[in-house]
Amino acid sequence: MASPPAAAAKAAAPPIPAGLLREQLLELYYWMRLTRSLEERLVNLYRQGKVIGGLFRSLGQEADSVGSAYALDRTQGDFLSPLIRNLGSMLVQGARPLDILRQYMAKATSPTRGRELNVHFGDLERGYLGQISHLGDMVPVMTGIALSFRMRRERRVALVYVGDGATSTGTFHEGINFATVQRLPLVCIMENNGYAYSTPLARQTAVRNLVDKAKAYGAHADSADGNDVLAVYEVTRRAVERAREGGGVTLIELHTYRRKGHAEHDSQSYVPREELAYWEARDPIDRYVRRLEETGWASAQERADVEARVTRELDEAVERSERGVFPEGADALGGVYAEAPDAARPWYRERADA
Amino acid sequence: MPEVTYLEALRQGLREEMRRDERVFILSEDVGNYGGAFKVTEGFLEEFGSARVIDTPISEAAIVGAAAGAAHMGLRPVAEMQFIDFISCAYDMLTNYVATARYRAGLPTPIVVRGPCGGYVRGGPFHSQNPEAAFLHTPGLKIVAPATARDAKGLIKAAIRDEDPVLYFEHKFLYRRIKEQLPEDGDLVTPIGKAHLAREGRDLSIITYSAMVWKALEAAEQLAKEDGLAVEVLDLRTLLPMDDEAILTTVRKTNRVMVVHEDTRTGGIAGEITARINEAAFEWLDAPVLRVTAADVPLPYAPTLEDYVLPQTADIVKVARHLAAY
Repeated sequence: MASPPAAAAKAAAPPIPAGLLREQLLELYYWMRLTRSLEERLVNLYRQGKVIGGLFRSLGQEADSVGSAYALDRTQGDFLSPLIRNLGSMLVQGARPLDILRQYMAKATSPTRGRELNVHFGDLERGYLGQISHLGDMVPVMTGIALSFRMRRERRVALVYVGDGATSTGTFHEGINFATVQRLPLVCIMENNGYAYSTPLARQTAVRNLVDKAKAYGAHADSADGNDVLAVYEVTRRAVERAREGGGVTLIELHTYRRKGHAEHDSQSYVPREELAYWEARDPIDRYVRRLEETGWASAQERADVEARVTRELDEAVERSERGVFPEGADALGGVYAEAPDAARPWYRERADA
Repeated sequence: MPEVTYLEALRQGLREEMRRDERVFILSEDVGNYGGAFKVTEGFLEEFGSARVIDTPISEAAIVGAAAGAAHMGLRPVAEMQFIDFISCAYDMLTNYVATARYRAGLPTPIVVRGPCGGYVRGGPFHSQNPEAAFLHTPGLKIVAPATARDAKGLIKAAIRDEDPVLYFEHKFLYRRIKEQLPEDGDLVTPIGKAHLAREGRDLSIITYSAMVWKALEAAEQLAKEDGLAVEVLDLRTLLPMDDEAILTTVRKTNRVMVVHEDTRTGGIAGEITARINEAAFEWLDAPVLRVTAADVPLPYAPTLEDYVLPQTADIVKVARHLAAY
């Protein structure tokens, strides 16, 4: 086979995969940068004691959250449910950095008014549902959301994220099984980042690949390099379109790596150092930048503009979020039910002499 | 007015709501083709089709979780637990996900989870349970337990229309034993959160619910005849939120109170009712609040064992006499 003339290869950028446009490549870069930088801001706030609870990082996993969420069609009303390391997917779906910051700092103005932690919040209009801590539980819930799409004959798709750990739960099994039996428009991203807290994959499951489980449910199976944002986009897009056309459930395994501990307090003492070095060299954002450079799909100036935009937006969001206050204690009593009166205020709180 | 059974009344209520509101649908095991283990949804598949009467795998957590997801999106799912004993398989989903959804995330979750509870049918440890106390402790849920055909119908309709998740515990012993004349037309809805005075009296009060209402009424009749006692019977109907006003009204009226439930004793609802009376009406009492409940054992199978463990009319009569004489 003859090689193309060197001059021609240099002049024309290679075609962009998966039907993406050049502007979209820069958007993907924006979302990944925003995810990483937002978490870096949160680390600063955490060290200052301003983040009230734990801080969960998705360092090294930005591509799989961003690429998969980007494959949804927001004009069709596609819907997703993230887990703790899918901050990027929420941002793509419309969550604001200000919301995330306020959540972590338990502000009265946070989406849950200080009732819930970190990324545990949702927005039905924008199309994302906050997780609860019980892993696997969002799978049946998203199955129900996909069921509602079909009952109303809407051409919408539901995307649910699980980690390698969550695939061991009963609710994961029940939810995927029910969804496949019903052939619902559900896509399940199985984010294999190597560890569930301190437990490595080999202690989580005896299958070689998580996606091998798809066969047991009669679901479609696919997988991709989770640190290659374009590959993630492509594989997810395929599953989303199949679901939209009535083709049923797809389980997608994305291979990636959790480069921080379970949360900021966790020193990852159980992780071999060389493993971290291996994955640091495969950082999804660095890889993407190199690819943009090599292909000429985006100029250095365009990337710098994105970075400046991220910095500007986060400066403003952090400044605004820090201005907020905690909710009043007694605000805790309302809103358990739609109409019932607030929960009873303890009588001894009312008494000056008590 | 035609006479209908408790089960038929429940079926009517479900059917009327499904006809009234196309958002209402049913998902559960064996509810479609087979019409339900007790035939509560018999004929529903034919009338409403498989999109609204969905046969599911044996997956209680997925049934409840999927119901919650659909409810977030504006639908009105009714999930059946084939026997209410199996609701424990969905305990996580109900207590962690469903019950907290509105509070933590402002998510509307108007689902109904219903199923046959209770003993006296020789069902053994896993087809006889009364799990209400396990959920009474969970803010965010509502719990109803009808005793009559009228309330079987009225409460299922109210539960389906409620904006919050409702657990509906129907007593399988009552399914075909209780009959009542109900109006054919008209919208029969029993308000959630309101108790019902099943019998008026002045000498002592029995606070109870579900199948025990009938045993309490039987005991009250016997006490009227044999002892000349006027016994008041309060049917709670809703367990969460509890009708404190009705409870305190009967306490202030008779000053002698007993609580009867079929569930086991320790940690049962009677303890909660007693504590509320203690806090709000201690000075109105002429005697300690007494309990008649099942013994603290899993429910055994043999008739002799089951009858020994569960509350009987004679137990209620005996305790009522003790209370009246205190």
